[in-house]
Amino acid sequence: MNTIPVSQQRTLNISVLRHNPADPDSEPHMQTFQVEDADAMTLFVALNLIREEQDPSLHFDFVCRAGICGSCGMIINGRPGLACRTLTRDLPDDITLAPLPGFELIADLSVNTGKWMRGMAERLETWVHAQGLEQIDLSAIEAPMEPELAQQLYELERCIECGCCIAACGTAQMREDFVGAVGLNQVTRFRLDPRDERTDAQFYELVGDDTGVFGCMTLLGCQDMCPKDLPLATQIAFLRRRMVAV
Amino acid sequence: MPQKLNRWPARMDLLQSGTGLLLVMFIWGHMFFESSILLGHEAMYWVTRMFEGEHLFGRPYPLLVSAAAAIVLLLIALHALLALRKFPANYRQYQRMNTHMAAMRHMDTTLWYVQVITGFLLFFLASAHLLVVLVQPDNIGPYASSDRIWSGRFWILYASLLLVVHVHAGIGIYRLAMKWGPFSAASSGLWRGRIRLALYCIVAFYLCLGTASLITYMRIGAEHAPYAGERYVPTHASGAH
Ligand code: HEM
Ligand code: SF4
Ligand code: SF4
Ligand code: FES
Repeated sequence: MNTIPVSQQRTLNISVLRHNPADPDSEPHMQTFQVEDADAMTLFVALNLIREEQDPSLHFDFVCRAGICGSCGMIINGRPGLACRTLTRDLPDDITLAPLPGFELIADLSVNTGKWMRGMAERLETWVHAQGLEQIDLSAIEAPMEPELAQQLYELERCIECGCCIAACGTAQMREDFVGAVGLNQVTRFRLDPRDERTDAQFYELVGDDTGVFGCMTLLGCQDMCPKDLPLATQIAFLRRRMVAV
Repeated sequence: MPQKLNRWPARMDLLQSGTGLLLVMFIWGHMFFESSILLGHEAMYWVTRMFEGEHLFGRPYPLLVSAAAAIVLLLIALHALLALRKFPANYRQYQRMNTHMAAMRHMDTTLWYVQVITGFLLFFLASAHLLVVLVQPDNIGPYASSDRIWSGRFWILYASLLLVVHVHAGIGIYRLAMKWGPFSAASSGLWRGRIRLALYCIVAFYLCLGTASLITYMRIGAEHAPYAGERYVPTHASGAH
């Protein structure tokens, strides 16, 4: 018997949308698990309890359990979020979990965000483009950067590619080829980086259409649901202004 | 190096926002002219004559009113055509958006949907109103308008148009601000709240102003119903009324 006093003992009903596309007999269905709530319990803990004690076949992804790796994004009561950063005490007794929509389903709550993100990165060329990178002397001291700019780039680099902004975006849900806030944010990150020599016209070629910045309808779901609180609205508006000025 | 950029997506985005902005400026200005009836028959008559260019040319040219209506109609057509690109393109997209919106319970996503629906309604309501002005530009005035509103039952059109256009315009300006506004990352949330609050107030103000004017037109129209069709004669010209 657990004698540690808890503020409120309650049983969570965690319903999971289950489906394994690799299994020909699998049909999508909801399965509900009962879990005793505990103080400071996260969904990460609750899902692990379910897998250890009730159903070892339950699929979900975790690596860092600290909001850093971006693998545990899922739909929690209708909204995207990181399971490892979601405390059960902030949720009602009935919790519904579903995989992030817009990504290839691996099984149950596990989706292939990595494949999507790689496709996006290759398409938007989210790396520094500059002449003569091969000749750069890596042991030489880099040219200094203004601290404010470095801080700003650092802020934008905090994106963990969790995919929550794609699941939170009505545009991305309607149009599969939309690069989403994660893609637009990364383009602005390189647009701001003085080491990247690309011109605005070159960036325009990457995002200057309705699959890019002009597809965004400013629904701001991305801004409101990003677990890393990235300033996505500011970045997208900035990119939009730059791209119409080309 | 880029050879030839397709600048049309940028132009269309800018044009969609630009026509939206112009239309909102128009409707917000329009409300003050329309509500001149609150200051009396004489005030509204004066405004009517001003738009017909009487104060400028010495005699009224109703064609000027037709021209203004035609320009607004054109702006609406352009705006609607550009906005149409953003409508769900097929049933699958519509269904995905619906499911997404219901699950998210997210204000700005829902507001977009409201904008799509009000935009769709405006297509009919605004066009109906503007077409009447376009073909009968001389049929505007304290009695002419009131008769149309009361005896002609146009109040039904105007009451719906009032609500729909101001909701659409308010959300539109909010979206424009967030879409283009150069707010810093640190202050963006603050501005978003302020702009939202300001627009609640502005929309509420225009709805009150519009309702008050519409009721005034209806009252005048009801009183004038037995003489429906008779035109207003300014006091300084006839000494009557
Ligand atoms: C009559 C037909 C109309 C239709 C079909 C229509 C439709 C729409 C739609 C669907 C949007 C959202 C577009 C997006 O999210 O990108 C929109 C935006 C907007 N509308 Fe309209 N609308 C109409 C008339 C008006 C009128 C009369 C006004 C002014 C009072 C107006 C002002 C705006 C503004 C300011 C925006 C924001 C523009 C933007 O997001 O770039 N619209 N409209
Ligand atoms: S922008 Fe935010 S929500 Fe989107 S992938 Fe990056 S961290 Fe996740
Ligand atoms: S602002 Fe809206 S449409 Fe644009 S990327 Fe974010 S959620 Fe999507
Ligand atoms: S487990 Fe790494 S972000 Fe949640």
